Amino acid sequence: MTEHNTAQNPESARTAPVELTKRTDETIIKVADMHKWYGTFHVLKGLNLDVKEGERIVICGPSGSGKSTFIRCINRLEEHQRGQIIVDGVEITDDVKQIDTVRKEVGMVFQHFNLFPHLTVLENCCLAPLWVRKVPKREALATAMEYLDRVKIPEQADKYPGQLSGGQQQRVAIARALCMKPKIMLFDEPTSALDPEMIKEVLDVMIELAGSGMTMICVTHEMGFAKTVADRVIFMDQGEIVEVAPPEEFFSNPKEARTQQFLNQILQH
Amino acid sequence: MSLPSELPPRQDIGVIGWVRKNLFSTWYNIVLTLVAAYLVITSAGPLLNWVILEATFTGESASDCSGEGACWLFIGQRLNFFIYGFYPDALQWRVDIMFGLLAVAFVPQFIERFPRRKWFGIFGLTGLPLIGYILIPGGWFGLEEVQSSRWGGLMLTLILAYVGILAALPIGTILALGRRSDMPIIRGMCVVFIEVWRAVPLITVLFMASVMLPLFLPDGVNFEKLMRALIGITLWQSAYMAEVVRGGLQAIPKGQYEAASALGLGYWRKTGLVVLPQALTLVIPGIVNTFISLFKDTTLVLIIGLFDILGAVQSTITDPAWRNVTTEGYVFVAFCFWIFCFGMSRYSQNLERKLDTGHKS
Ligand SMILES: Nc1ncnc2c1ncn2[C@@H]1O[C@H](COP(=O)(O)OP(=O)(O)OP(=O)(O)O)[C@@H](O)[C@H]1O
Ligand SMILES: [Mg+2]
Repeated sequence: MTEHNTAQNPESARTAPVELTKRTDETIIKVADMHKWYGTFHVLKGLNLDVKEGERIVICGPSGSGKSTFIRCINRLEEHQRGQIIVDGVEITDDVKQIDTVRKEVGMVFQHFNLFPHLTVLENCCLAPLWVRKVPKREALATAMEYLDRVKIPEQADKYPGQLSGGQQQRVAIARALCMKPKIMLFDEPTSALDPEMIKEVLDVMIELAGSGMTMICVTHEMGFAKTVADRVIFMDQGEIVEVAPPEEFFSNPKEARTQQFLNQILQH
Repeated sequence: MSLPSELPPRQDIGVIGWVRKNLFSTWYNIVLTLVAAYLVITSAGPLLNWVILEATFTGESASDCSGEGACWLFIGQRLNFFIYGFYPDALQWRVDIMFGLLAVAFVPQFIERFPRRKWFGIFGLTGLPLIGYILIPGGWFGLEEVQSSRWGGLMLTLILAYVGILAALPIGTILALGRRSDMPIIRGMCVVFIEVWRAVPLITVLFMASVMLPLFLPDGVNFEKLMRALIGITLWQSAYMAEVVRGGLQAIPKGQYEAASALGLGYWRKTGLVVLPQALTLVIPGIVNTFISLFKDTTLVLIIGLFDILGAVQSTITDPAWRNVTTEGYVFVAFCFWIFCFGMSRYSQNLERKLDTGHKS
């Protein structure tokens, strides 16, 4: 997998630092001593993390370190076996009701977009609001258009995903998640399946979203993005959180040897 | 800056261009074309003679048939029996209404720009069978009752196929979903059902339905023979359909399930709104293929004494009043089946084109 590195890319660095607009001290996600196994393989080994409302977290780390698995546990796409995950006051357990409550509040954007190919862009965006939130159709359409506008593709509303470019599809996927008006957004390498020229259009949307005060957890190797918007950068390796630090500190003065090694590797080329 | 857009180059190269490109492009193409042309010309003449030029269309009885060409007169004379079986003449208007409604529901499906054709289709799948259920057996609202033992011919063929098709798709879909369920009991039951029914030939199913089923039913409960055949055909067909649909379900990428889950859609909504629409679209060719083979398999009811169109024709060609009309009879049956099966095939191609949203790269 290519790890895009736009740290030295002036395009994304030029974007002005994002102002904090909404920031309370309330913890919205609490992960405590969380473990996960795939069969006998210990993937996540006791993760601890508190995320405050409005906080923007970037997770990075080598391939196979468990980044995707970690954020997928937050909306129960993967099941954890030990420890606690509390999202917006609801603990994630086997209880289907609680999982549904959490999923309503947590939007997710995937590496491969995962748009519904049999529905138009607009229908993709309206599906969950109509069937999960049960908002009236007119309102759902209005919200969908509003968010498509925000990700700058209102003119594509009636097309099918198969007719759009990768960057456009990913922006639709972001709009689709936002239409549920979630409190938290999870991004799992949203730009790594995109061609370089499309990465920026997606990052711009994410930067704009970060500016609006959304709580975000992004798995990404876009270090430029991390520097611009992250409140904290997390480095994971072999199922552990190795280091957590604000971006300035993380990039200029990493404490752990493993972090240094990783940064050297990805900043080299 | 930007260049003006131009029209695409003309593809049309005229008849001669087409012929040269497609029929005579290489030496082996030329040979193939000539051989094919020879075969068509030598067989088309006699066929045309038999079917039309030397055939007898009008007359009263077997003696009017000249003996050279086909004796279509025979079909015309017995058409009533071929279509309605032993359904009483005076009540055949009820069947005619059903034929009419069938046409009303499904002919619009072939006309691209027909207004509200979706609703005609929905009527065909809901209202039509309901009306048929009241009208054809009668016994309701002062309609005279007609025992199912008197139904026959094309009408019976269509009833068998229609009920089988209509019931097998939903039952098969549920079985396919059950087979992929996380719950071991449900999964087990579905696997057993599918594997048992799929492993049994339809003839056996029909025999069991007509001979053995009554032995298992409690006293006083007795379905008519037709009903038993319908149940047998439907369950047998559902097992096949389940496997076709399962093929579609398996082709849906995991990411689709994950995206739907992440949006908060529960199992049924995820299945109904995201997974099934895609899975069924993918397997339209397989579904229609199954329908077509069911349509033809209905002829097997002959062995439990039901007179579908093939049975009706077969019982007539042995009639001593008509000699040597065997070929005409079978050609007629084949033609009837071909019309319906070809119709289904065309419709499925229509549907595929309509549902193609360009995501298959
Ligand atoms: N369904 C699964 N079954 C078994 N092992 C799995 C499964 N999914 C992931 N793994 C393993 O778990 C580990 C963590 O995977 P994960 O996808 O979370 O890594 P990642 O940090 O997201 O890596 P990448 O940067 O390549 O996306 C890997 O070693 C992977 O092989
Ligand atoms: Mg990953």
